[in-house]
Amino acid sequence: MLSRTAENIYWSSRYLERADFQARILDACIRLSSLPANYTGKGSAWDGAIASTGGAQFFRTLYDRVDEWTVRDFVAFNPANPSSISNCLMTARNNARAVRTALTSEMWEVINDAWLELGNGTGRDMDRDAFARFIAWVKNVAQSFEGAAHRTMLRNDAFYFTRIGGSIERADNTARILDVKYHLLLPPSETVGGSLDYFQWSTILREVSALTAYHWVYRESIKPWLVADLLILNRQMPRSLTGCYGVLTQYLDLLADTYDQSGEAQTIARETFAELRGHCVERLFQEGLHEFITAFIGRNNKLGDRIAQQYLIATIPARPAPSGPNDPYPHAAQNA
Amino acid sequence: MVAFDEMYGAPGAGSTRAPYESLQHWLETTPREHFAVRRSQAELFFRRIGITFSVYGEAEANERIIPFDIIPRILRRTEWSTLEQGLRQRVTALNMFLADVYGAGECIRAGIVPAELIYKNAGYSSKMAGRSVPHDLYVHIAGIDIVRVDEDSFYVLEDNVRTPSGVSYMLENREAMMRLFPELFSSHRIAPVEDYPEALLATLQSVAPNGAPASPTIALLTPGQYNSAFYEHSFLADKLGVELVEGRDLIVLDDVVYMSTTQGLRRVDVIYRRIDDEYLDPLAFKEDSVLGVPGLMDAYLAGNVTLTNAVGTGIADDKAIYSYMPEIIRFFTGEDPLLGNVPTWRCREPEALAYVLEHLHELVVKEVNGSGGYGMLVGPAATKAEVDQFRRKLKHAPGQFIAQPTLALSTCPTFVSSGIAPRHVDLRPFVLSGADGIQVVPGGLTRVALKEASLVVNSSQGGGTKDTWIIDD
Repeated sequence: MLSRTAENIYWSSRYLERADFQARILDACIRLSSLPANYTGKGSAWDGAIASTGGAQFFRTLYDRVDEWTVRDFVAFNPANPSSISNCLMTARNNARAVRTALTSEMWEVINDAWLELGNGTGRDMDRDAFARFIAWVKNVAQSFEGAAHRTMLRNDAFYFTRIGGSIERADNTARILDVKYHLLLPPSETVGGSLDYFQWSTILREVSALTAYHWVYRESIKPWLVADLLILNRQMPRSLTGCYGVLTQYLDLLADTYDQSGEAQTIARETFAELRGHCVERLFQEGLHEFITAFIGRNNKLGDRIAQQYLIATIPARPAPSGPNDPYPHAAQNA
Repeated sequence: MVAFDEMYGAPGAGSTRAPYESLQHWLETTPREHFAVRRSQAELFFRRIGITFSVYGEAEANERIIPFDIIPRILRRTEWSTLEQGLRQRVTALNMFLADVYGAGECIRAGIVPAELIYKNAGYSSKMAGRSVPHDLYVHIAGIDIVRVDEDSFYVLEDNVRTPSGVSYMLENREAMMRLFPELFSSHRIAPVEDYPEALLATLQSVAPNGAPASPTIALLTPGQYNSAFYEHSFLADKLGVELVEGRDLIVLDDVVYMSTTQGLRRVDVIYRRIDDEYLDPLAFKEDSVLGVPGLMDAYLAGNVTLTNAVGTGIADDKAIYSYMPEIIRFFTGEDPLLGNVPTWRCREPEALAYVLEHLHELVVKEVNGSGGYGMLVGPAATKAEVDQFRRKLKHAPGQFIAQPTLALSTCPTFVSSGIAPRHVDLRPFVLSGADGIQVVPGGLTRVALKEASLVVNSSQGGGTKDTWIIDD
């Protein structure tokens, strides 16, 4: 497969996954903001949403107030925000179009239909109902794409790159939520506790669609350390860091098998996966949750770099590599 | 201008031509609503698959679909056979002409074509002089534009032998028609076109360089997704099962072309390029081309890779050279041309220029190396200001232009906002030349000028397309 083809497939998947994540944050936030003010904790629900996207600093350069309208605009529509939902969908579609023959027609149609729909007046001025439908629609697009990939693609390197792109982005997204909200997950002695926090925790769970999963796995009321356990260590949870690395290891190994060559990407993925599996939540807290997450984000980015070096960047001597990430805020971005 | 109609024949004939009888009955008996529904389904079909093209200079409408008309254009097998023979003869002559121009130059010495028209031509590539190409084939893929003016008269309007496009529409229009109107396909015996990609692949494989493996590696080189024909490039790569590459995916090392893959470099034997000559290689042609591949020309001249079409075919695409085609065909094949040329005034000749300047309002004037319907004057439809502007251009650089009479291109019934009305059409069949001979898939792209009375069928100028049926009598 052409390196560029692999690169486009990989980034298409990443951007769709990111669009889904942004939509989920807004969804959780809309819910949280509907509660009376004294349940939402310090700052507003909208502050929390911006923090979860990882774009708080960038947000402040574009808007002078944080409220439902500015946050919605920033996360969903603002063309200046490379990770806004509309930009994600557009970038995913551009990448897919460049290599549309490497995708199945079902996948292409999902992504192309989404782009066409987006052109059909996704007004920034939508009312709440219309916006709720928009959010549901975005999540549906991401699911349809992944479903189409799952149902229609040959199980070859093209499929592996869609899975790898989706999983590395997903790991990054989960880690970012943990990074900005870790203080809510610290053990009881260090937090205020009480009903106020319950809504914060359940919001985190909702942001990664894990609220129901939580109840199934732990069968008890929401405890912050169990939320951390679910999102970081629980392998059954498809958005947990361990879950994502299970997928990454699996598909990177399949790539290595197919190409009969293993590299640094495989090593990093395997090591990270082994380490996550060997961890327990008590030790995470003893050694420092925040430090752990920061280190994880760094490693995940490094894995992304190695995947690019190994497969996506033309291995040609004396030619400039494709331009690297140039994001106004530190979400990995490429092929925008 | 009242023209020959594909369905109703000569003006005033008053009866339906035989190949259209069944279709006409169907048009008359099918409820109008049915057509409306099917037309919107057709549009949806094209949009969803993303069969779009870009129009240069139209920023906001940068991905449009070419309007597709659901009324097919029909040719009888006997009509087609005549056309096909003429196409074979013409493309054979074009290849022999190019081999001669870059080889012995006999047609020039014999005075068939003036030397300065060859050697000073922008389409002539001096780098190809004295070089040979596999099997002496230069034009592997040709799109020959044909127009009809009456029951028996077909003319070649243009020879597109650089990087002709449109074949994806031939295939997708058929696909759309079969989905929308399966009943028509059981009531007509329509020659299939779907084996075109198969034939194209065989053609490309047959011209691989000496020493290439039995199953050579083929790649389709596109300028990228912002090119107006990108959809077609990706469509064909998909149907052929070959990699769709951009210049940046290729590298030349020691005069050998490789593509960069997830498993390292892989040698490429044949490149079906959809990039013009001057953008192929920044070292050989335009220095600032970012579309091309540095060193590609060296690899090509060293015989390590085959480019289809060959470099330098533009000379045979030139509209001034076109005017010599009847003589060229006679010279190289020893036969009379089976397909006629449209009478052409070469404005480089003073007498012709004088005539053209006097009759601008009734002529079609074209740039010799233009394409896509750009830079063209249709005298009868032009304003006085436009005619005056062309007059100045002509006087300034007469050698850049040719002129032709305004032909009454045949019309074909077409859905327009007011109902069904006659619109002018042309036909572009695709001719493949490989080591094993010439293949012409029975069909082609019918383009239709959707504006009333317009003679310009180019998609960039508001033209649409139709499915083209070759039916057994």
